[in-house]
Amino acid sequence: MSTTEPISASNPNSATTWLRRNLFRTWFDGVLTVVFGAIAIWLLYRTLNYVFVTGRWEIIRINLRLLLIGRFPETHVLRLAVLVVVLSGWAGVLAGIIRARQVRSGRADPDATKFSAARVRDLVERFWLPVTVTLLVLFLTSTPGPWVTAILAAVAAVVGRLIGPFIGRLRPGPLGSAVLGIAIAAVPIGLYFYVITAVGFDEWGGFMLNIFLALCAIVLCFPLGVLLALGRRSELPLIRVVSTAYIELARGAPLFVLLLLANVALGFFLPESLTPSTPARAIVVFTLFTAAYMAEIIRGGLQSVPRGQLEAAKAVGLSPVRQMGYIVMPQALRNVIPAQIGQLISLFKDTTLAGIAMGLFELLNVSESITAQDQFRGQGLIAETLTFAALMFWAVSYTMSRESQRLEKRLGVGTR
Amino acid sequence: MTTTRVPLWRDVRVLRWVLQLAIVAVVAAAIAWLYGNYTENASRLNIPTNFDFLDNPAAFEITGNPMSQNAPVRDALYQGFLNTLRVSVVAIIAATLLGTIIGIARLSQNWIVSRLAAVYVEAVRNIPLALFLIFGLLVVVLGVFPPITEAWDLAGIAVVSNRGIAVPWYDNGSGTILILAIAAGMIAWWGVAKWRNSVSDRTGEASRSGLWGGGVFVLIVGAVWISLGFGVTAPEIDGRQTVGGIRVDPSFFALFFALVIYTASHIAEIVRGSIQAVPKGQGEAAHAVALSGFQRMWHVVLPQAFRIAIPPIGNQYLNLTKNSSLGAAIGYYDLTLVAQTTVGNGSPAVPVFTLTMVIYITISLITSAIVNVANRRFTLVER
Repeated sequence: MSTTEPISASNPNSATTWLRRNLFRTWFDGVLTVVFGAIAIWLLYRTLNYVFVTGRWEIIRINLRLLLIGRFPETHVLRLAVLVVVLSGWAGVLAGIIRARQVRSGRADPDATKFSAARVRDLVERFWLPVTVTLLVLFLTSTPGPWVTAILAAVAAVVGRLIGPFIGRLRPGPLGSAVLGIAIAAVPIGLYFYVITAVGFDEWGGFMLNIFLALCAIVLCFPLGVLLALGRRSELPLIRVVSTAYIELARGAPLFVLLLLANVALGFFLPESLTPSTPARAIVVFTLFTAAYMAEIIRGGLQSVPRGQLEAAKAVGLSPVRQMGYIVMPQALRNVIPAQIGQLISLFKDTTLAGIAMGLFELLNVSESITAQDQFRGQGLIAETLTFAALMFWAVSYTMSRESQRLEKRLGVGTR
Repeated sequence: MTTTRVPLWRDVRVLRWVLQLAIVAVVAAAIAWLYGNYTENASRLNIPTNFDFLDNPAAFEITGNPMSQNAPVRDALYQGFLNTLRVSVVAIIAATLLGTIIGIARLSQNWIVSRLAAVYVEAVRNIPLALFLIFGLLVVVLGVFPPITEAWDLAGIAVVSNRGIAVPWYDNGSGTILILAIAAGMIAWWGVAKWRNSVSDRTGEASRSGLWGGGVFVLIVGAVWISLGFGVTAPEIDGRQTVGGIRVDPSFFALFFALVIYTASHIAEIVRGSIQAVPKGQGEAAHAVALSGFQRMWHVVLPQAFRIAIPPIGNQYLNLTKNSSLGAAIGYYDLTLVAQTTVGNGSPAVPVFTLTMVIYITISLITSAIVNVANRRFTLVER
């Protein structure tokens, strides 16, 4: 009379058990499986068919340079290659230094980076997506330059990662630390000037511009967001009012309208001698807008830190700045990592608005305009170019969100 | 022997006020500087800084809106505001439904269903909204939808072509009265449901508040509908255009499509998180009293999950309303595009955009006030 067979009778790991548990639990489940299985197969078929058969990817191959770096003058592309290679090396060194310091202070397992199967699996899991997308782009190129750059960048990153720990293990005095800090900060700033002195903002474009706008706004909005969050929680009424008003006004206005306003009307608010270039305007708007959201996220983090932490910090006689800087703020920031990274991802995606509102030649704008080229006009290739743009944005955003989950896990949010 | 007093420059109370006044002074100076530049530049370029432009003729038409070219800018902005509300309300309803379904599907025990939902969320969340917008207009409407001569006629429910989508609509009456009737019906629904619940509390008989309330709602709206002679027309293809019903513009459809697809992925994540935040025991208890899977979800888990989800979902509604300003990029005459067009026709940019911004901020503040009230009302019920 029993209609349900005990599952334990069969091997719990066998494929049939898995199928029964996950796909055919009840008759209704079976119907769902069949219907959605058919939909999934159809979608997969359509996607594969589109990518390998019907998609006309020639337009991407021919316009790859426009899509990635816009109208960047050919004579100075070498500077970009140098930028990529040096920046990879720099990132490697930085990762190595951070790692060594974590090991020294006992916050990281020294054996975790030893070469082993688990380590390889971890690396593959982290980097398969960016590597695959980079390779895809490289295979679309027709010149050896990008290949050489990519290989050198990879080598630089690995070498930097190997050198980094030696620098990290040094125990420099206060002067040495300052020199080290300045040296680390000087590399990206120096590279920025290295590129900008040769090629002005107006000639930047493509996906590079999206990344650049986002990076600048991220770096600038963070300190402003921290200050605003502290201001909103301040005991001083006037400061609280000013911060709250700013945050609420900035969050109430649509970013798109702010960008339009900055494009059309910013000139009115500045003296004639001070009319910023369009990308600079975009960066200012992104920074001011995202800082308000950042402030709310960080305020949430500050509220999540138990009061006892602040009281303990006071009890051991730390100054107010140190109470905040050493005790409360680190915990607050750690507690809201996912929300912060989420905000940064949405900032990165919103850089496309600069193309629409201000006419900047960023990736989405390029994808739209290349379909109007003489050789491609009227062929309905917008689907292909949008797919490429979507893949680029998706790969970067998805990698960022996965790294944020990893960071969250490593910092032990919710477990300590 | 004088008592030692803290000197002024080390008195915390004094220092605090000095600090605050200094910061306020800096902010005020910055604002004054910007405003000074503005008045100076405006007078130099001979651009008005007042709001007189509101009475000038708008000199453009808004597709689908009853507005003549000679109507003042004021009316154009009002129509734009209405269009913003229209697309936002419709998209909010659709995004909530789709997002809730996908959020629940992501927690399904069925492997294929949960995988499909996860793929949807992870793919859509990481792609810019603007991309969906352009995709919606240029690929879906202009690429996939057929030309009007071969329009898809979905059995009188909709006529789909690249000129837009025509759906059945009411005729012979004013929309304002219909909206008022629906609002009155909803208030009556709420009142009747409350009364039924109190009856149920007193006597113990089944409350059936949904049945009673819904019945009253249908009665009121139906009475208005019949007494004022409203009717319904279904769209039909007539040569190279559709007649009857209402035709949804391609730009409206593309904006609606993009907002729903994009916001649904965010709402799905919120719904999933909220369902997971409901204590497991609730579901187990429902199971123990022999509720079916659907009943367990509908009567026990979802009501508690939505209580948790109200503030973040309210935030998404706000984002959606603000994101609807992107419709300007594809030619949907919302508030933003009207403002842009007005500036293009010679109205001063700063006052127009200031006004636009004030309207958006007002919408935001009102929405967040409503969400806060709803949140407070529903959390009070919680133990």
